Amino acid sequence: MTIIIAIILQFGLLSLLAFGGANAILPEIHRIVVETNHWMTSVEFARLFAISQATPGPNAIIVTLIGWQMAGFAGAVAATLAICGPSSILIFIFMHYWKKVSGSPWRNVVQIGIAPLAVGLVLASGIIITLAADETPWAYLLTGLTLLINMFFKFNPIWLIAAGALLGLSGIF
Amino acid sequence: MSQVPPPPNPLPQGEGGINVTLKELFIGFTRIALSGFGGVLPFARRVIVEERAWIPSEEFTSLLGLCQFLPGPNVVNLSICIGARFRGVRGAITAFTGLILPPFFIVIGLGALYQQYGNIPVVNSMLRGVSAVAAGLILSTGLKMALDLRNRPLLLICSSLAMVGIVALRWPLPLVMLGLLPLSMLLAARIYGGKS
Repeated sequence: MTIIIAIILQFGLLSLLAFGGANAILPEIHRIVVETNHWMTSVEFARLFAISQATPGPNAIIVTLIGWQMAGFAGAVAATLAICGPSSILIFIFMHYWKKVSGSPWRNVVQIGIAPLAVGLVLASGIIITLAADETPWAYLLTGLTLLINMFFKFNPIWLIAAGALLGLSGIF
Repeated sequence: MSQVPPPPNPLPQGEGGINVTLKELFIGFTRIALSGFGGVLPFARRVIVEERAWIPSEEFTSLLGLCQFLPGPNVVNLSICIGARFRGVRGAITAFTGLILPPFFIVIGLGALYQQYGNIPVVNSMLRGVSAVAAGLILSTGLKMALDLRNRPLLLICSSLAMVGIVALRWPLPLVMLGLLPLSMLLAARIYGGKS
């Protein structure tokens, strides 16, 4: 029960800090569940992230899976609602004011000011996930190749994930 | 429970001024959820604007701006906005449920398979490959977002500081945000004049 309450409180706060979406808060989730509380290992965290990427739907689904790993079905429900609930209520209240502030200088300042932080958070997520996932030089090479391919070509990511699974059969990662 | 005020401007009649039922909201967002991997925001416009013509393109762009501006999973935010736009609180809950329910059960199913078979060497090898790819995917997402800032290079200082704070110093996210948001907004206001 305590773990469910911890999920609700910790992830509920992160919901309101998730500028740049669910990807932005992965390092903080990693810090909470791996480094601070030792609820899972870093490798497990990376595997769960990989599984969430192979699931269709919003990026936020990684949080569902982490909740499930921590506390089963109830944990999955709690984590999902905690990560989506507070921000959903916020936007529900705020959406009616959005049109009124369009063109106002402070809206632009906040909008421009938040963007670089979102960039930093998502890149930080990429680094944390890479460090957690890659255990061999070959794995780093595969991460780098994926990065390049995804930067310059428009493949559906599922094909890259499938390719990763096939290449994985070689056992060199 | 308060009722949602009607949208400020009545919809243009014709193909835009449609009535979207709860069932349509649910099915529409389920379709968005199941249309892609690693984030489905790009598919949302296709379904909402092009396929179903629920709202005009300009309104979608404005709503999307709001969804990316506020915290929270972007496409979840979008489901709340679109649902509330047509059917108030119940619409928001219905659209959200349609979006989250199928992936919720799929990811738990895959997680259960992982728990059951994750230790089999062949499965473990494949997962290592997938993990390395998934790491590359999120890195490239971040780099693409960084490229969007190329016209305001000074802001990348804030991005770098955020990375240092989180990756190297392992500071908690709230601390990093509180520390950097004022600097970032100051740069946005003073150097870039608040012009988007």
